[in-house]
Amino acid sequence: MHSLAISEAISQAFSVLFLGKNFVRLLGGLWVTVRIAAISVLFSIVLGMIFGIVMTIKNPVIKVVSRIYLEFMRIMPQLVLLFLAYFGLTRAFGWQLSGEAASLLVFTLWGTAEMGDLVRGALESIPVHQYESGRALGLTENQIFMSIIIPQTVRRLVPLSMNLITRMIKTTSLVVFVGVIEVVKVGQQIIEASRLTVPTASIAIYTVIFFITAVQ
Amino acid sequence: MGIFEIYDFSDVLRIVILDFEFIKQVIPMYVEAAGLTLRIALIGILLSLVVGLLVAIVRYEKVPVLNAIVSIYIELSRNTPLLIQLFFLYFALPRMGIKLSSEQCGVIGLTFLGGSYMAETFRSSLETVSKIQIESGECLGLTNFQITRYVILPQAFSVSIPGVCANIMFLIKETSVFSAVALADLMYVAKDLIGLYYKTDEALLLLVLAYFILLLPISILSGWAERRLRYAQFGNK
Repeated sequence: MHSLAISEAISQAFSVLFLGKNFVRLLGGLWVTVRIAAISVLFSIVLGMIFGIVMTIKNPVIKVVSRIYLEFMRIMPQLVLLFLAYFGLTRAFGWQLSGEAASLLVFTLWGTAEMGDLVRGALESIPVHQYESGRALGLTENQIFMSIIIPQTVRRLVPLSMNLITRMIKTTSLVVFVGVIEVVKVGQQIIEASRLTVPTASIAIYTVIFFITAVQ
Repeated sequence: MGIFEIYDFSDVLRIVILDFEFIKQVIPMYVEAAGLTLRIALIGILLSLVVGLLVAIVRYEKVPVLNAIVSIYIELSRNTPLLIQLFFLYFALPRMGIKLSSEQCGVIGLTFLGGSYMAETFRSSLETVSKIQIESGECLGLTNFQITRYVILPQAFSVSIPGVCANIMFLIKETSVFSAVALADLMYVAKDLIGLYYKTDEALLLLVLAYFILLLPISILSGWAERRLRYAQFGNK
């Protein structure tokens, strides 16, 4: 009896997805998240490469500054960073960033720090004799860097940065806290809109969100 | 419309003046919230260590049916954000007749997420124990259980410490989304103070400080453990 009622409720809940444009709306919400993730991942890869190379420079000032930046970005939860960008920047400097701009800024800064650390690790893991062999062959420093060091670094970086990119895409779900209308928010809107017609909609919506975010 | 809508340039160099009286008043709220965050994080981390160890052993030993189930679990939990998992636990399950309090949601969500992260760390460190070690154990006539208990686990454990520390930091950071399921954690308090009193500077400053105090010791400890471990491994290679 009881299980029948539950299965009834679940099948009723899933019918919400096919009402109107609900499923398309959910996918649209997902697209917002994916867009934020994609742009900030691109920026962080480029900036992270530069930051990683900068971190290998043996200059005490650069070392300390980059270390502080890295540790700050590492220690602070991304949500706190988002709050700092969204509320803090407005208060301190009067910059009125939109939710999306704040999240782009935060994810780029954070991704740059994490990516930079990966690049630094990969650069440092390349044995000295690679540089020395390059010099022995009479290559210029530029050539050594471009055609010996970078290709090897990139190969070491790929699995690590895939991990980071997955984490960044996952973390973009936090943008709902700074008022970006993304997949979770759209889901909530659909649930609220069908509160009276289909009270059990939340099962379907959150299940679908759960699995479509898993797929990405 | 441009992304950066800067309305007032004269505000750019505005000096932030803090209200220390206000800070003094709200510090107890932050302490209480940090206590809650820590308590849930601690329970979640301990449970996820247990889950992680079990899952890692299943993956390592390739137990027939369980292995498939466990790998689905790992994929699912590693590829979904904690926020979505919490929403699912808190808003979708009650409709199916399973009602959880927000603290239970927090602990379950954290364990669900942390279990797979811990499992992956444990599994990769189990795999660093070389085959010779196991074979030597067999030659000495140890049973399978003894080999696991006295040969594999102790060595794998020391390798896994930096990874486990990183996971612990990650999990404590992840607790910041708990405010979404109505848990009065640090984020919740900060959001409250911003909304109620417009004390954005003070609220955010205290928020940052609180997370620093929570996480800096763990960060330093994991850095130390990693260095210590590098010395320990030096003899092996």
